Amino acid sequence: MEKESTIKKEINLVIDGHTVTVPDGSTILEAARQAGIRVPTLCLHPALSPIGACRICVVEIDGIDRPTTACDTDVLEGMKVTTRSERLFNLRREVIKMILAHHPLNCAPCPKNGDCELQDLAYEYDLAATDFNEYRIETEQFPWKPFSTPILDYHPQRCILCGRCVKVCTEIRGLGAITMEGSGAKAMIHPVMADEEATSRCISCGECMRVCPVNAIVETMGGVRGKPWETKKVLTTCAYCGVGCQLDLNVVNNRVVGITTRDGIGVNKGRLCSKGRFGYTFIHSEDRLTKPLIRNREGKLEETTWTFALTHVAREFKRIKKEHGSDSLAGLSSARCTNEENYLFQRLIRQVFGTNNVDHCARL
Amino acid sequence: MAGLATVFGSGAMTNSIEEIEHADVILITGTNTTENHPIIAQGIKRAVERGTTRLIVVDPRRIDLVDQANYWLRQRPGTDVAWINGLMHWIIKNDLHDKDYIAQRCEGFDELAAEVEKYTPEYVEGITGIPAKDLKAAAEVIGRADRTTFLYAMGITQHTTGTNNVKSMANLAMITGNVGRYATGVNPLRGQNNVQGACDLGALPNVFPGYQPVSDPKALKKFREVWDTESLSDKPGITMTQMIPGIGEGKIKGMFIMGENPVLSDPNASHVEEALEKIDFLVVQDIFLSETAQLADVVLPAASWAEKDGTFTNSERRVQRVRAAIDPVGGSFADWRIIQRIAQLMGANINFSTPEQIFNEIRRTTPSYAGINYGRIEREGGIQWPCPDIDHPGTPYLHKDGFKRGKGLLTAIAYKPPVELPDKDYPLLLTTGRMQFHYHTGTMTRRCKSLSTLASGPALDINPEDAATFGLLEGDSVRLSSRRGSIEIKVHITKSVDRGVVFSTFHFSEAPINRLTNDALDPIAKIPEYKVCAVHVQKI
Repeated sequence: MEKESTIKKEINLVIDGHTVTVPDGSTILEAARQAGIRVPTLCLHPALSPIGACRICVVEIDGIDRPTTACDTDVLEGMKVTTRSERLFNLRREVIKMILAHHPLNCAPCPKNGDCELQDLAYEYDLAATDFNEYRIETEQFPWKPFSTPILDYHPQRCILCGRCVKVCTEIRGLGAITMEGSGAKAMIHPVMADEEATSRCISCGECMRVCPVNAIVETMGGVRGKPWETKKVLTTCAYCGVGCQLDLNVVNNRVVGITTRDGIGVNKGRLCSKGRFGYTFIHSEDRLTKPLIRNREGKLEETTWTFALTHVAREFKRIKKEHGSDSLAGLSSARCTNEENYLFQRLIRQVFGTNNVDHCARL
Repeated sequence: MAGLATVFGSGAMTNSIEEIEHADVILITGTNTTENHPIIAQGIKRAVERGTTRLIVVDPRRIDLVDQANYWLRQRPGTDVAWINGLMHWIIKNDLHDKDYIAQRCEGFDELAAEVEKYTPEYVEGITGIPAKDLKAAAEVIGRADRTTFLYAMGITQHTTGTNNVKSMANLAMITGNVGRYATGVNPLRGQNNVQGACDLGALPNVFPGYQPVSDPKALKKFREVWDTESLSDKPGITMTQMIPGIGEGKIKGMFIMGENPVLSDPNASHVEEALEKIDFLVVQDIFLSETAQLADVVLPAASWAEKDGTFTNSERRVQRVRAAIDPVGGSFADWRIIQRIAQLMGANINFSTPEQIFNEIRRTTPSYAGINYGRIEREGGIQWPCPDIDHPGTPYLHKDGFKRGKGLLTAIAYKPPVELPDKDYPLLLTTGRMQFHYHTGTMTRRCKSLSTLASGPALDINPEDAATFGLLEGDSVRLSSRRGSIEIKVHITKSVDRGVVFSTFHFSEAPINRLTNDALDPIAKIPEYKVCAVHVQKI
């Protein structure tokens, strides 16, 4: 970054008895994190500005009666902050209780099970199913409604209304294709219809799914995803356009079952488009070629062995080279293959075929 | 990339993707960025919304980013040299060009200034249809800004004047001092994941890896030594767009096609199909039985990108890792293993056991990659070439301390109309492109259920007024014909295309649009004129 940085004023405050110095404009949460003090959060996402919806991150500030959310409150000079107290513990516990009173508790079939921020908080605050009885909440029945795109399904009963999906759609995508409607237990996420044609503004990028902490937004056509502990995540580069986004192939039992990203990693910083996020199922398509094919006497392609196919290929190329000269051969390499493969391919054409007739579809 | 290579000495995106949103002005042309490079489009939108950046869109279609743009210049397709010359005319006339920069870093300014003299905004309006006042306003915005970045894609290059279009863009960037600095530059957005790498690593007929000319005795000597062979030719080969006619003429007898589908992707595609049917011996290596593979004598099943190790080089010259996540599906093998086996069976002594070993040979032969290795990529996450040695941090933007060729070459370029324009028989102008849910000939994306749900079939975009003229309603099937062929396609009526212009994508084999497109080539880069040809529609 070559932009000149304006030097910001420093602010001193005390958190849990520790003096902390941070730049002006920092939040209490950022200051606490800098001091190595953990304040629990739920609606906050590293890629997004604070939402301040869940109130898990409440802290006490000397001189202010009401507990304050740490994620969206700026630090002030001389502020004294307490992040742990019995009152705060109980407050946070009530907040999580209210969420879990609505949210299904059958964690076993949920793919988030084992890597779930809500589950972790329930564990940390020692909540059991019986704790919710006091609220006697009838689970709201939500009729199925189409979401902003047919390739995503929204499950309102799972939704904890943290607001991340709405935030990511406006803040990262600049679309505002979804919004929160209704209030209380009846609130849910709705697609926003553009006025004119009643079509959704959604571009099916799936960022909302990426930031959802509780599996309320899922791939409609996604297969079964593995449990977090059996899923191998392999960092690689997207195979579509030239931006080169970094993504994780999620692998279970030698099958790619989904694509996720890492916040802040790569030129995409964790974001993806629809092709990058949903364009993986071709990998296990039934149409994949699995054996070499060779044209038989009837002019049809039929399966053959690698040895036979490759021997035939080498013999024919050698024959043409001998009969018609090197320049009667040509090769088309691929902008889809790796650098190493392109290098080796042109080496084959130049060194072994003996011609510079090698190209690829850069022009197309 | 021939255009940029001539003026700067190397052809690639001059600056980094991350820098785009830090420019004061972004000019985009010939790129429907939202559809083709969504992640970059987001950055542009963010910058505009922050109020720190002004956006100029030059495009014949009302693309999505037009909604964010401060200025939308809607040119007639194929008139790019004219509007760029017009911008330069107005900038020079108002003394907004960067005289110090031109004096220190460029040559050829006087000839350029003389050429653009006649491109007054009014004259340009006559050619391009861009209102003179809009052209003036855009020119002044660029001329007064500190940092302007110029982004373009195939909408500029896929013309018979493609090389000239790119050179013109470079002219404009140089006379405004916008090359060799942060958040400026001439930036071609590459459409395919590794098109940069394929070029860098010598999948081109005239150069070895690292753009070292095959005709250069020093380069020839180096590769003969490293590859331990005498059989390298110093005669440049032919391009893909020349290979196809070469088959017809009996010059090309055998072809090896790896991971490409020219039967759908090449212009005048029926010709390609005929030629490939005729060729003596055709080997196609792919992950699917593509339209091209169906014509092959031997089809070799390759592993997909999820199944192999290696590197890709992105649009901003960043070399990044590809990592195998699963074993090759079925009996397929990674492409490099198959290539190596063929080479061995033909008698060559090539023995790599891993892609990393191949990369290490690349480091020895390709100076811009010399300082990059797998270990560094692992630690640093991706390195931008040129990276000449192991201590070099990589290069976020090019030409900081000068151009590779010395001074940047300003080239006087006159406007020439496209080869084929609409006339009485073929009254509409067809232009082609992609949509965001599909990719190229759709061999991969059309097999992804989610993506094919979002866009299941082809459509021809047509303006409401033209639709009325031809008596067409939404969803009507039409026969769309050019002088080279005809296809059936359904129409989609939309104002996103101007009157007289129709648009379609080339993703769908049931409406192979490239049977219609013109295979007339840019004389230097040999790029076909996909973006302009004359067609007519008839309701069926």
